[in-house]
Amino acid sequence: MTHPIPSHPVLIDGSRLIVEACVQAGADIYVGYPITPANLIYSYSSQRFPALLPAPDEISALQWISGLAAAGHMPVTATSFPGFALMLESINMAYMMELPMLIILVQRLGPATGSATAGAQGDVWLLHGMISGGDSPPVFCISSLQDCWQLPPQALRTALEQRTPVVLLTSKEMVMTQCDFDLATLPAIKPLQRNQPVAAPPYASYAVSEDSLAPPFLPVGNSRAQVRLNASTHDAQGILRHTTPPALENTLRLPRKIATGMPALYHLDEQHGADCLVVSYGVSSGAARQAVELLRQQGQAVSLLLCRSLLPIPPSYYEICSRYSRLVFAEENLQGQYARLLFGQALNDKIHLVTGVGKMLRPADILQAVMS
Amino acid sequence: MSQFTVSTDFPFCKGCGHHLIARNVVKALEESGLSPLDVILVTDIGCHGIIDRCFTTHTVHGLHGRSVALAAGIAMSVPPEKKTLVFIGDGGATIGLQHILEAARLNVDLKVVVHNNMLYGMTGGQPSGLTPCGFRTTITPQGSQLPSYDLCRLAHDAGAAFAARVIGVGDFSAVLLQALETPGFALLEVLELCTSYGVKLNPQLRLKQLAGQAGLELGSWSATSRAPTRVAPAPGKKSLLELSPIKQRATAKLNQPLALVLGGSAGEGVQSAAELFCQAAISCGLHVAKKGSYPVTVQVGFSTADMLLSPTPVLSHALDRPDIVLITSQDGLQHNLERIQQMESGELWLDASLPAPTSGACLIQQDFRGRAGARNAALVALLQYVQQSAFLPAPAFIATILESPLAKHLPPDLLKL
Repeated sequence: MTHPIPSHPVLIDGSRLIVEACVQAGADIYVGYPITPANLIYSYSSQRFPALLPAPDEISALQWISGLAAAGHMPVTATSFPGFALMLESINMAYMMELPMLIILVQRLGPATGSATAGAQGDVWLLHGMISGGDSPPVFCISSLQDCWQLPPQALRTALEQRTPVVLLTSKEMVMTQCDFDLATLPAIKPLQRNQPVAAPPYASYAVSEDSLAPPFLPVGNSRAQVRLNASTHDAQGILRHTTPPALENTLRLPRKIATGMPALYHLDEQHGADCLVVSYGVSSGAARQAVELLRQQGQAVSLLLCRSLLPIPPSYYEICSRYSRLVFAEENLQGQYARLLFGQALNDKIHLVTGVGKMLRPADILQAVMS
Repeated sequence: MSQFTVSTDFPFCKGCGHHLIARNVVKALEESGLSPLDVILVTDIGCHGIIDRCFTTHTVHGLHGRSVALAAGIAMSVPPEKKTLVFIGDGGATIGLQHILEAARLNVDLKVVVHNNMLYGMTGGQPSGLTPCGFRTTITPQGSQLPSYDLCRLAHDAGAAFAARVIGVGDFSAVLLQALETPGFALLEVLELCTSYGVKLNPQLRLKQLAGQAGLELGSWSATSRAPTRVAPAPGKKSLLELSPIKQRATAKLNQPLALVLGGSAGEGVQSAAELFCQAAISCGLHVAKKGSYPVTVQVGFSTADMLLSPTPVLSHALDRPDIVLITSQDGLQHNLERIQQMESGELWLDASLPAPTSGACLIQQDFRGRAGARNAALVALLQYVQQSAFLPAPAFIATILESPLAKHLPPDLLKL
C-alpha cells in the first residue's frame, strides 16, 4: 500500500486541533477550571482564545459561561466527569434558558475520581438522561484527529442555531496522545455568524416562527428590546408560569427542537456482501477501523459505522443497522452503553459487545467478535 | 408608575419586607438616570426571585444561589454603562457564598441586594447561614445555636468595592443609589422579616436589637478603588497550527508496526525524549502514536511513553504487548514490570544499575544514567537504541535533537556519532 507524502507533517495531539478549530469557527471566550485529562485544552485555550477566564470551580464556570452566552458571547469550556457532575444543574439551566455554549467532556475512568490519567467511554448513559425529564443536549463524539478539527465547528453551529448547550464528547487518549498528522489536509473553517432577529420590538425571548423551533436570539443588555431569560417553567415571553398550556408547550418544544436540529453525522464504510456491521465511536473507533481493515485483508466482508452524532440518537442509525444480520459494538465501558441505548437492556442475539474498562480496546478483540 | 415596572403589585405576602426592598430599588433606579434597557436584573430561587415579571428591565431568572455567578458572566461582558443588578436571599447567599466572594475578589461590576430575612421562607422556614444566633426558625424552635456569617465583612475582606447593611424599614434608596454608582462589586444586605415564619416564631423581635446582639454592624464599608474585572478580548493571537513541518530526512527500515516503551522517572525527560524520537521517526517516513503515562503528581514517580511506529497509518493506539522496552530507572521498571514479565520475545534495554527481571525478552544492559546524568537518561537510552538497532537512521534522530530547544542543555559530545 502506498500513501501520499505529507506536505506539512507534524506530531500533534487532538487538544491543539480542537482549540484552534473552536477559535477559527468563532468561539470567543474560554472559561476554565483545571482537571485531568482536559488540562491541555485549557492550556492551549489560554494561548489562543481572544479571552479567557479562570473560574474558581465548575459550577461558577458554567454560570459564568451562561452569563457570557446571555450577553452574546460564544463560550467554551472543557472538563471531565467530576467537573461535569458539578456543572449538571447549570447545563440544565442553560438548556432551559436556551443559551448557546460548548462543553467539551473528556472522559476518564470512574467512578467518582477514578483514575484521572486513564481513559474511558463510561459517560454516555449519564449524557443520555442528563436533562431532567429524560432528554439530552446535542452530543457529538470525536473519532479521529480529523474529527478534532471538523466537529467543534459543527458543534458550535448547532449550539448557535438551536440556542442550546452542546456537548463534544471525547476521551483522554483522543486529546492527549500525539500522532503524526498532515496539517495540509485540514479544510478551511468558515467563521460562524449569529443571525440577529430582524423583527422590531416587542421581542419575546422564546417566541418561535413556523420556520424554526429555535427562537431568535437577542443578548441581554441590548438597547433594542427587553430580553427575559428563565430557568423555570416559562411562557414565550420568558415569564415564570406554572404548568399552563403555553408554558408546557414551551417546555415540550425544547426536546423537539434538539431532535429536529441535530445533524446526523457519521462515517459509514459499507462493503458489498457484508452481513456484519461493526459499530463504534470515540476513542474505540481506531481499533474498530483497524479490525475492519485486517478482516478485509483476510477476505472477510465487513462494514463499519462510526457514530459522530451520538445524542439524540439519529434515526438513520436504526435504518443502517437493520441492513445487517450481525452487529458488533465496540466501546470502552463495562455495559456496552451505546448498544443498549440503541437496542435496549435485553440485547437480542444479533448484537455482540466488545467492551473493556481500564485499557483501550484491541483490534484483535473486535476481529475475534466478528469472526466468532 | 415607574418606567422600571409594569406593576407595583409585587407578588409578596402582605407585610413582607421584600415589598420595601423592591420600592427602594425602583426609587434608586429612577434617581440613577438609567433607562430600563440599561439594567439587567438577575434573580434566582426564593420568594425575592418571583418579582422579575414586574420589571421592565432585562430579566434573568436562574438557579438557587447561583445568581451572582450568572450575573458575573453578564457583568464582565456588557459595556460599563449597563448595570447588572442581583436579587438574592439569605439562603441563596449561603449556598452561593463562593460566588459572592469570587465576584468581590474580582471586583465584578455587580450590584447585589441580599434579601436577608434570616430563613428559607419559600420552603418552610428553615435556618440559613445568615440566621443569627437565637433567631427562631421552624426547625430550631428554641432559637439557632450557631452564629451567622457576617456577609458584609466577608465581602469587604474579599475585595468588594462597597458593602453595606441596613435595616429594611423606611427609605434606604440612597444607599442603593450609592451601590449603583460605585464602579465594581457592591453588596447591600437588607435585614427584614418573613411574615409567614420570622414574625410568627419571633414575636416582639426588634431587628436593630437582633443585629446588635448578633454583632452584625449596620453601616457601609468601602475599599480602595480598583478596576472591575471585565472581559477584554485580545484577537489576533497566533494560530496553534503555526508549527514547522517536520523535515523529511531519511527512510526508515521498518516493514511492520513496532511497539516501543520507554520507562523512567518523572523529571528525567522521558516524554520530551520520546517526542523527539517520534519526530525523528516521522522525518523518516513513519507513522507514529505516542501516549504518555504518569501519576497525577508531575515531578515524582514513574513516567512512561508508549510509542507505536508503523509504515502505515496508526489507527489504534492500544499497546499491550511491546516489542522493545527501554528502562532507565527503578520507577520505570516497577511501572512496566508486569508487561516486561509477560514478554515472550523482543528486547529489554535496561540501565546497568537495575536488577534484571524475569522476561522472555532479550536482555541488553547498558549505562543510560551515567553518561549524561539522570536528567538525560531517557534521551541517552533512545540514542543508544537507535545507534545499535538498524531501523531508524541515527543521523535523523541526532539532527532532530540538535534542532530542538533541548540541544543546548546536552553535553557537547553526547550527540557525536
